[in-house]
Amino acid sequence: MTTPNNEVLLHVKNLVKHFPINRGLLQKQVGAVRAVDDISFDIKRGETLGLVGESGCGKSTTGRSILQLYRPTSGHVEIDGVDLVRLKGEELRRMRRKMQMIFQDPYASLNPRMTVGSIIGEPLIVHNIASGKEVDDRVAHLLELVKLSPSFSTRYPHEFSGGQRQRIGVARALSLQPSFIVCDEPISALDVSIQAQVVNLLEDLQEQFNLTYLFIAHDLSMVRHISTRVAVMYLGVMVELASRADLYGSPLHPYSQALLSAVPIPDPIAETNRKRTILEGDVPSPANPPSGCRFRTRCPIADKICAESRPEFREVTTGHFVACHMVK
Amino acid sequence: MPDLLLDIRGLETQFKTPDGIVHAVNGVSFGLKEGETLGVVGESGCGKSVTMLSVLGLIPNPPGKVIAGEAFYVGQDLLKMSKEEIRHIRGAQISMVFQDPMTSLNPVLTVGFQLEEPLMLHVGMTRNQARDRAAELLGMVGIPNPKDRLNDYPHQFSGGMRQRVMIAMALSCSPQILIADEPTTALDVTIQAQIIELVKRLRSELGMTVVWITHDLGVVAGLAQRVMVMYGGYIIEEGPVNDLFANPTHPYTLGLIQSLPRVDQDQHKKLYSIEGLPPILYQKPTSCPFAPRCKWVMDRCKKENPVLENIGDGHRVACWVNTSTGRNR
Repeated sequence: MTTPNNEVLLHVKNLVKHFPINRGLLQKQVGAVRAVDDISFDIKRGETLGLVGESGCGKSTTGRSILQLYRPTSGHVEIDGVDLVRLKGEELRRMRRKMQMIFQDPYASLNPRMTVGSIIGEPLIVHNIASGKEVDDRVAHLLELVKLSPSFSTRYPHEFSGGQRQRIGVARALSLQPSFIVCDEPISALDVSIQAQVVNLLEDLQEQFNLTYLFIAHDLSMVRHISTRVAVMYLGVMVELASRADLYGSPLHPYSQALLSAVPIPDPIAETNRKRTILEGDVPSPANPPSGCRFRTRCPIADKICAESRPEFREVTTGHFVACHMVK
Repeated sequence: MPDLLLDIRGLETQFKTPDGIVHAVNGVSFGLKEGETLGVVGESGCGKSVTMLSVLGLIPNPPGKVIAGEAFYVGQDLLKMSKEEIRHIRGAQISMVFQDPMTSLNPVLTVGFQLEEPLMLHVGMTRNQARDRAAELLGMVGIPNPKDRLNDYPHQFSGGMRQRVMIAMALSCSPQILIADEPTTALDVTIQAQIIELVKRLRSELGMTVVWITHDLGVVAGLAQRVMVMYGGYIIEEGPVNDLFANPTHPYTLGLIQSLPRVDQDQHKKLYSIEGLPPILYQKPTSCPFAPRCKWVMDRCKKENPVLENIGDGHRVACWVNTSTGRNR
């Protein structure tokens, strides 16, 4: 794994993304799904920031809002000092070369009517980086990078297995030589024995090209393996952000603690000796989140203040941020 | 074998597909003891679900067909029963919970109606009795206000709650065996933990025998007493849970366990990865189905299919190689 230096590549400040709820004949807006509600964090060059949380917590929306696939409702997303939220049209398009995405579902994210070669080569043509024979050469090289045979470029996605398709998705993401890649649950659709192959590939490529990853996943074991730092989200807000060692070794937020204790360990002896915090109930709706701290309805240690004010996301020890009234 | 509740011998199931016949299960034999929890582990297409579906006569024919084998449950062969006969076993004595609670509940019927139906059919209750029992069942699986929730439709429940409804339905006729087919795969980890706790509690309260089908070795480690690993339509390793995790003997089991990162340990080195892909079996294998991906492969593996052999203490493995010496076992 590359050692990240302290240069900040991506700076996210007060990012908000609300999806309007429209009702009635005139489709008047009656509310909003507050998918991401005021989150701030940095990603340093060369590091992997793991972003974890349960379905509907806003982790994918965060990834997409950073890449401007969703335009944020408010806030700033700076990459190399340029605020993407203010950019439009051609200027934004030029910035897109620096940032790419690997999607969750390798079956839905590749156009079934395009050959593998044209899928991987399209970004090069769209961005006027290469043309003609040069595209073919680059495609062949990219396929080799992801450990697939260059002869695959004339074949179609349906001829490949899930793991191979995900490699094709990785090759497409790499074609523009980006510095930042959002990996949105890149392995959760794959079989267990294939997951390790894809994760090892992502790590190799990171080392080779000094890539920076935002690795979105719900598999906390894999996130522990791949990440430099880890952020935990719950119902649209970030509740904790720390180095891997701190987050897994001494999680501070009660949600992080419960989440970690819920992950099964493939070791029967460790499993029998474990103390679990079982959370009651379900995640509330992001259209109507609880007042104050959003986790308070399921929190084992919630107090009066938790209903009254939203806890500040503050640095408790160096590099360890947490949003909880109960953490001193 | 006297104390076996379910005794399956030589089960083979095939599917006709446009590309040819797929040999999904290729001679699987195992027993289920009363009161135990058996974990069945493997990747998609390994035959773990098809094995259990075959036993319950739930394989759609065509395209599927159970072509050989016996499955004894209290002295009767389930595979020889008529549709009507097995219908009385299924749901009443052996019941099943499926992976996706949304597609296994009928969206246009209330949850109450769907819970009452098996009670009236199998137990012979009246609608009123069934209604009371249904409310009791929902309460038992931890659904708040069970009486009111009976009138709700499946879409009014969250994913975790729906899976609780499915479990309540499976338990409604007090079955002896509960077969759970990836029941928590579609759920978030904190909800998965809730469901697993629930099953553990019900298992000890009701003394149920449980078969838990999953691809997640972590879930099995915390829940099962015995584990069966499947690959290419065969059982390739089977044993008591502690022994299997401490001494995984088949190269595939070994690889799977080593390839998993752990949430409670730092691992800075590269993940162990099994190269290649799981097979799709258009022919019944005549050699070891794992041989093309195995790093210990020997000549013999490419010629003969290994059989399950006892290596002590109920630990069985189907492999020619001793992975610590790299030579013939």
